[in-house]
Amino acid sequence: MIQAIAFYLFAAIVLISGAMTISSRNPVHSVLWLILAFFNAAGLMVLVGAEFIAMLLVIVYVGAVAVLFLFVVMMLDIDFAELRAGFVRYFGIGLVLAVALVAEILIGVGAWSAGGIDLARRAAPTDHVVPNIVQIGNLLYTRYLFIFEGAGLVLLVAMIGAIVLTHRERSGARYQNIARQNARRPQDATRNMRPEIGQGVQL
Amino acid sequence: MDYAANLAMTLPELVLAVGAIALMLVAAWGGPASTKAVSWAAVAVLAGALVALTGPASGGGDAFYGLYRADAFAGFAKVLIYIASAVAILLAPTFFKRTAGADLRPEYPVLILLSACGMGMMVSAGDLLTLYVGLELQSLAAYVLASFMRQDTRSAEAGLKYFVLGALASGILLYGISLVYGFTGSTLFDEIAGAFAATPLTGDTRSLGLLFGLVFVFAGLAFKISAVPFHMWTPDVYEGAPTPVTAFFASAPKVAAIALAVRVAVEAMGPAEVQWRQIVIFASLASILLGAVAAIGQQNIKRLLAYSSINNVGFALIGLAAGTPEGVASVMTYMTIYLAMTLGSFLVVLQMRDADGQPLETIASLAGLSRTRPGLAAALAIFMFSLAGIPPLFGFYAKFAVFYAAVQAGLFPLAVIGVVFSVIGAYYYLRLVKTMYFDEPTGTFDEGDKLEGGLIAVAAVFVSPLGYLAIPALSAWTLAAAASLF
Repeated sequence: MIQAIAFYLFAAIVLISGAMTISSRNPVHSVLWLILAFFNAAGLMVLVGAEFIAMLLVIVYVGAVAVLFLFVVMMLDIDFAELRAGFVRYFGIGLVLAVALVAEILIGVGAWSAGGIDLARRAAPTDHVVPNIVQIGNLLYTRYLFIFEGAGLVLLVAMIGAIVLTHRERSGARYQNIARQNARRPQDATRNMRPEIGQGVQL
Repeated sequence: MDYAANLAMTLPELVLAVGAIALMLVAAWGGPASTKAVSWAAVAVLAGALVALTGPASGGGDAFYGLYRADAFAGFAKVLIYIASAVAILLAPTFFKRTAGADLRPEYPVLILLSACGMGMMVSAGDLLTLYVGLELQSLAAYVLASFMRQDTRSAEAGLKYFVLGALASGILLYGISLVYGFTGSTLFDEIAGAFAATPLTGDTRSLGLLFGLVFVFAGLAFKISAVPFHMWTPDVYEGAPTPVTAFFASAPKVAAIALAVRVAVEAMGPAEVQWRQIVIFASLASILLGAVAAIGQQNIKRLLAYSSINNVGFALIGLAAGTPEGVASVMTYMTIYLAMTLGSFLVVLQMRDADGQPLETIASLAGLSRTRPGLAAALAIFMFSLAGIPPLFGFYAKFAVFYAAVQAGLFPLAVIGVVFSVIGAYYYLRLVKTMYFDEPTGTFDEGDKLEGGLIAVAAVFVSPLGYLAIPALSAWTLAAAASLF
């Protein structure tokens, strides 16, 4: 019972926030609705027992991708009114794409009800007792350890590459020298003056 | 099998990865001043990896649940890869010192080390995942190296082009891998081979998916070895990248990718030999023909050598098409000799500088080299005659070996067409020799570097008829390497 309530709650919010994402006038609001949709999709994943995917959804999509979207939307000065002005012009292409998508969905449902393709064997047998985070961790750090470390090296190369290709010493930049700041004494930095009245200050 | 035994088998990669990380720290704190020290240390790390190959790393069997395969084939390919990587590090300093507006930074040897580590993973792959991660490690470092001279627009263009097309190829390869995984249920080469053997490849619903996967995997691999029709990136990238990097691209990654293709074809998809043989034969003949014809009109010597490398990959694939242990052995023989010829040619190209020390890249600037620098001209002539496959030189033996393997496997027409096409290729190699020996000198050449001169001499002696003395050892070694795949 509680699962059914949770499912309908999450599913309804996903649908509503999805609709709001594409219909709201303000692009910042769109991204916020999208984040809400991601959160509720994560809830749906928890319901089907895929808690690892749920966490990925929250960490990767909400934490990184959606926030990145938000920054891009806020930083780029996009005139959305102008983008919408082409609606009539692109209506034909949009219609064709929509028809193609609907056809694909229909074919997909048809194929699904006809039964799946006979694969050689079940690729990843699942055990419902062990949580899937434990299962993935088990595989990742034992069986696939070598590749996991290799992927780490790939990321290291990406980092080195980004720095090699973009980092340069700026000649005119003024960097903070903390040691020099700390070594500076009050008597070097301040001077006591007793200016004569009406004579002004000489610096 | 305990953990230490697994690590012992992957020792060359461990040496390279740990060495690269340590040298990266030195580079980060030492800055550009540490370039020379880091370069020599990187060569020492590569030598250390070579020493590590003598242990269980070349013949220990499977490590990490079959993900990694330490056999004689991988050992042989790694020897070639590490030597070529070390040469690529050694020939960089003179080039960057003399080229205006480009400084060699210590990240160059570090990236080559990481790339070599990736290549080691590629040739030792026993699983599609290892294959992919190794390939990406190698490629990602290569993209950065291609645009290493970031002030130079051609170098930046080469890097960008290589990156975009390389990403496309990785996508194609991954799509193929996902299909193969979906239809066989495993990413392990042995189990894939089992599934291919168990599935009749005609008239079964599963066979179509398997064949699609096979075709996409081979398309992705063909891009990485720059075989026609996936060669388009090669001339542009080779021309734009700094010359030492081009020399690297034409040598070590090419050996690694060919070795990888051989391993995938034989170990993972061996039972589907009839299917992939068509692909390999087409790619081979198309590469030989296009590499020969398109090179004729080139004015830039780096572009010419790019087409030459496409042409040579075609010849190496003839050995793979044979699909026998002798065929695989001939591929490895071919790559060994190709490595010496190509590195030698690029070393000569690196010596071509005008009186101000700026690099020259046009073929016309080679005019009269025989009178200004006779030794250099003789060396380049040896490399060119050898690349053309003219008999007394060692390049002839390389071509002979692959053609012989093809004939032994009953692919007589393939061998005949290959021989005919190789005559077309001879034309542009000989044109280069003609420019050097019979044209009037147009300018003066700068004096060369001692270390590079020595490397040229070593390569020239290996490629000269003296190289035939190495045949007994080379054929025994390549046959042992090939036997470990079957």
